[in-house]
Amino acid sequence: MENLGLIFAPLFSYKLLIVLFFGTIFGLILGVLPGLGPTTGGALILPFTMTLDPLSAIVLLTAIYCAGTYGGAITAILINTPGTPAAAATCLDGYPLAQKGEAGRALGMATVSSVIGGIASVVVLIFFAPLLANLAYEFGQPEYFALAIFGLTMLASIGEGSPIKNLIAGAFGILISTVGKDFMTSIDRFTFGINELTEGIGFIPVVVGLFAISEMLTQSTLINQIFNRVALKAVKLPSIDDYKKTWKTIIRSSGIGSFIGVLPAEGGTVASLIGYAEAKRWSKKPEDFGKGSIEGIAGAEAANNAATGGAMVPTLALGIPGSATTAVILTGLIIHGVRPGPDLFREQPDFLYGIFGSMLIANILFFVLGFFGAKIFARITLVPNKLLWPMIFAVSVCGTYSLNQSIIDVWLMLLFGVIGFFMRRYGFSVVPVIIGLILGELVEGTLRQSLVIFDGNWLMFLQRPIALTFFVLSLIALSFPLIKRKKNDKV
Amino acid sequence: MNDVHKEKGTNKSLSLFFKSSFIVSAVIIVISSILLYFTFTFDIVPPILNRGIQPATFPKALLILIIALTLLTYFISLKNPWKNEKKLPNSFYITLISFVVFIIVSKFLDFFLGIALLSIIVSYFWGERRVTYLIMVSIIFPLIVFVFFETILGLRFPPGIITNLYYG
Repeated sequence: MENLGLIFAPLFSYKLLIVLFFGTIFGLILGVLPGLGPTTGGALILPFTMTLDPLSAIVLLTAIYCAGTYGGAITAILINTPGTPAAAATCLDGYPLAQKGEAGRALGMATVSSVIGGIASVVVLIFFAPLLANLAYEFGQPEYFALAIFGLTMLASIGEGSPIKNLIAGAFGILISTVGKDFMTSIDRFTFGINELTEGIGFIPVVVGLFAISEMLTQSTLINQIFNRVALKAVKLPSIDDYKKTWKTIIRSSGIGSFIGVLPAEGGTVASLIGYAEAKRWSKKPEDFGKGSIEGIAGAEAANNAATGGAMVPTLALGIPGSATTAVILTGLIIHGVRPGPDLFREQPDFLYGIFGSMLIANILFFVLGFFGAKIFARITLVPNKLLWPMIFAVSVCGTYSLNQSIIDVWLMLLFGVIGFFMRRYGFSVVPVIIGLILGELVEGTLRQSLVIFDGNWLMFLQRPIALTFFVLSLIALSFPLIKRKKNDKV
Repeated sequence: MNDVHKEKGTNKSLSLFFKSSFIVSAVIIVISSILLYFTFTFDIVPPILNRGIQPATFPKALLILIIALTLLTYFISLKNPWKNEKKLPNSFYITLISFVVFIIVSKFLDFFLGIALLSIIVSYFWGERRVTYLIMVSIIFPLIVFVFFETILGLRFPPGIITNLYYG
């Protein structure tokens, strides 16, 4: 806690403020454009961050994360298409309210609840991340293995779509991480005689492929789609009456979002759906939901932005990403030579608290930019896909090539783009692949090292209380969808 | 009459093979099986050099898990069928072909030319007919990206007929 003062350090660094400003603008643009978003945008911008120092690079990525999550609401309200998956629940009431001629009011509520949710989650991050990091000092290899398994099972059970398909996707992600030289024995695995594969498959080709290129293929199937855009005069701050109606919803959703964010899952998307459902459940007028309820907008937006800070907790404290975007941020940390985990809290508090402070400032910045600039950002949606996606392709190709200057990375990006397209088409989420890829080395490494410690005795895992707790939690997580289904069947 | 019933039954069982759940599951299982076969070709490390499990064990376990879960998904789909996907439009196949064109051109001719060709194909077949915009998307924008990466990030692009002109 003695480091709390460091939170304000970014305010006194003009360089960080410039990075924050551009990161927020870039995040808003990415959030507004359907199909892009902070994950794809973060992955595309990663190569550029190599020109920055580590703190500026991560500040840029976190600003994109915060602003991008909010930016999705602008498109959700004005054209009934969520700019990001996390804004899907915002469409339900945002667009109907906009159609009634109250687009400004809807955007105002989305902006205010996003900022409150975002700031609340940063407070959670500031207080909870160091506690979790302290707990992680107790972790050995078996505990980290059990934790990684818990993360993957949580992703499967509370992520979007079928839990079994999520598990398949997660296992596929881990399998990708096994390509290349085995880190313990230097034996080649799945390299098929290709020299470039001995170093393994990089994170960037997979992320850019699964998100940007697969989205390009998805857009190619939607070229005749017509958007009905609602006119926006100006964003209006919520009235006192609106605040009275929504303050409880905003607080509840901020709590829900922060909690869901901490769990390794699809962060904002799940948080906004739960935040919306809970807002409806507690509302005095649930019948208004889906017809332009201001509470519906507040519930969804406070929750999805609250998930941003929450998702950073396991990312920074344990090195386990809480969402797809934090997986990109985690990669950013690693390529800049920063190893997340408890040691980071002890050795580089200025770095960490710089990130916390930047996230707070990013929330305030997107409030100002969103409030005064929503009309301009909304215009970005007018850029036709036939011009936008070829340009994104050019950036994707150059960005992917740039990290290792490897043409194989570009081929892999295209391959994963096609795989990602068909995965999404048949109901497999691509997010577990990313998390699996990130956690793969940790899962395999800790498993093998644990077995060395245990002299090959698997039962020894059960004699470690923390590991056993995570395994039990994993079993509960796996059985959760079954219980839910049985409950639904009974109903 | 019985024959008609039989024929209908045959058609029903045949149609099972054309369902997306069957095709997707089959593709995953076939690919996983091929990869599983490859894991048996990995070198085996003598116990003196390797404490714990062999390098092939972990990928083997993952592949078996993927196959088992895919079978489970398929059997669940028999009870709860997947939703029917719409047929893919021509624009999708053209975009896919443009990827192949990009790979061939960038491999044998020029990386930058590959990007320009893909951009013009995609933009044109997605509906852009204005020449100025086509030039902007296929030449001017990739050129900006190229120069940006080259100067700011100090990136050296692979040699090719156009890139060589730039590098002299």
